[in-house]
Amino acid sequence: MASSEHALDVRGLVKRYRAPEGGITTVVDVPAFTLMPGEQVAVRGASGSGKTTFLNLLAGILEPDAGTVTVAGHCLTTTPAARRDRVRAQTLGYVVQTFNLLQGYTVLENVLLGMMFGRGADERFARELLTRVGLERRMQYRPHELSVGQQQRVAVARALAGRPKLVLADEPTGNLDPARAAEALALIRGLCREQNAALLVVSHGREILSRFESVLDFSAINRAAVEAAA
Amino acid sequence: MSLLRAVALIVRRSLRQHLVSTSITVLTTALAAGLVLSVFSIHAQTYAAFAGGAGGFDAVLGARGNQLQLVLNAVFHLEASAGNIPWSAYEEVAADPRVKLAIPYSMGDSVQGQRIVGTTTAMFEPRDGARLELQPGGRVFDPHRGEAVVGSYAAAATGLTVGSTFHPAHGVVEHGAESHAEEYVVTGVLAPTNTPIDRVVWIPIEGVFRMGGHVLRGAGEDFEAHPHEPIPDAHKEVSAVMLQFHSPMAGFSLEQEINREATEATLAFPVGRVIAELFDALGWASRVLELVAYLVVLISTGAILAALYNTINERRREIAILRSLGASRRFVFSVVIAESSVIALAGAVLGVGVHAVILSVTAEVIRVRTGVVLDVFAFHSAYVWMPVGMVFLGALAGVAPAARAYATDVANHLRPHA
Repeated sequence: MASSEHALDVRGLVKRYRAPEGGITTVVDVPAFTLMPGEQVAVRGASGSGKTTFLNLLAGILEPDAGTVTVAGHCLTTTPAARRDRVRAQTLGYVVQTFNLLQGYTVLENVLLGMMFGRGADERFARELLTRVGLERRMQYRPHELSVGQQQRVAVARALAGRPKLVLADEPTGNLDPARAAEALALIRGLCREQNAALLVVSHGREILSRFESVLDFSAINRAAVEAAA
Repeated sequence: MSLLRAVALIVRRSLRQHLVSTSITVLTTALAAGLVLSVFSIHAQTYAAFAGGAGGFDAVLGARGNQLQLVLNAVFHLEASAGNIPWSAYEEVAADPRVKLAIPYSMGDSVQGQRIVGTTTAMFEPRDGARLELQPGGRVFDPHRGEAVVGSYAAAATGLTVGSTFHPAHGVVEHGAESHAEEYVVTGVLAPTNTPIDRVVWIPIEGVFRMGGHVLRGAGEDFEAHPHEPIPDAHKEVSAVMLQFHSPMAGFSLEQEINREATEATLAFPVGRVIAELFDALGWASRVLELVAYLVVLISTGAILAALYNTINERRREIAILRSLGASRRFVFSVVIAESSVIALAGAVLGVGVHAVILSVTAEVIRVRTGVVLDVFAFHSAYVWMPVGMVFLGALAGVAPAARAYATDVANHLRPHA
């Protein structure tokens, strides 16, 4: 039974792939995993251990073969597709290593588009957020006109613009130098705290992981990773 | 509302990002739309203009032969005359109680390529359905003198103005025709009527009878008029008689009499029906044009499909990002349909401009060749159904690319290498 007070509640989550050489490979097998509102957790794990697949399952980008993902009381896995997309937009923020900014759009439009699919575009809040991340003079710029660090800050502002209950971050500072990485991480964590959003960061950077009070090994969550290692 | 804003923003950005292919597709669609509009509206307007171009006359009486040739020659001043009828035929029909007005025409000469018609001053008196006005400073010719009244287009084409003189040329060829010795003075220029009347140079019919070298065969034998000597009516002949009837029934009854019983004359009545028959005869050409227009529409629809289908490949990552932000598959599908519809709509709007150009050129060609002026602002139902149809076809063309966008694998295309 999913708990509505959890920001994230994962039960029996399984994802399998058909391997190129034949046969089925289980990539994710997470029996249970929860996050409370405002909780900030880092997960470490080796490359190829299924961390990104796990985050994509939580974000509703991938459909699991079994199990449920409940975000802020909304079960993403059982909700019909059209409603699930809306719920995702209203409850989830997702930051990835490559930022995934829309290149043809301005910085402000990138943030506004993220909001439009959820609770609706709030241009004042979008401008406020961009000002908070130090991009008040870059709102009409295109992503390719920004530095890597500035692009990262746009991605953070976009992920937080919809006032999500859960923020997922996949190697969010992987493209930044250590000083910029620390700055970006502090920004994500600070904004999540302000909005009481749960934060789940996946990384294998020691510098990043050292800043979290709660760091979990992915193998401790994912039984498939243990089996693969064995 | 927010989603509509998102659709508008994405469509705008996408069309701008692919400006070259968008422009080419819009132009192709515009050509198709313009062609469709032109085929339908020009046909309708040409028909309306020709059917109404009879200058208020109900019928034409002429030599035995083809009614269409008679109408084209006497009303539209095209084609060669089928021959003449005796003056007595004119007098007979003019005296018929069913006939309200009969005006004789005698044709065969020209000035600088503009046809000369010999007639009576009755031509310039107001009649039902037509009123010829002279431009200021002009007057109608004196039927007994070498004077002429020039139609507005003929005046512009020849440079003739009030007081100008000219020598009629034998025949209706533009250059190289032999000129008659008689000199005519222009006494008036007609105000534009937007009918074939504008292309004619009008002289007294007596002048045609007396023109040097003209042989009259009204009595069955050759007769040449001599100066200052009266011409016996029996020798006179006319090319056509323009008629107005007291009622349509009068026209039908006379038509029965002349076309079924007479051997020397033909009555083309009603003029509108003869023109309708011409358009019916040319119907296959219209249908071929329609087919070509539909084919171009089909090609432009294919162009929209191909352009969008190709861009979807480049836009998979963008679509995946939008999906990761919460855009539903249905939303992505709608965006592509909206894009193709906007391209089609832009093409349709631009197509009205293309149509305006085609229509203007066609109208000018028809005006120069026949004097008939098309009403370029006339409404045609194609102005409504064409844009609606184009947008519908545009939306339809977007279905395959939209389905491709709908099926985009989000996780795959969000990967760094994607």
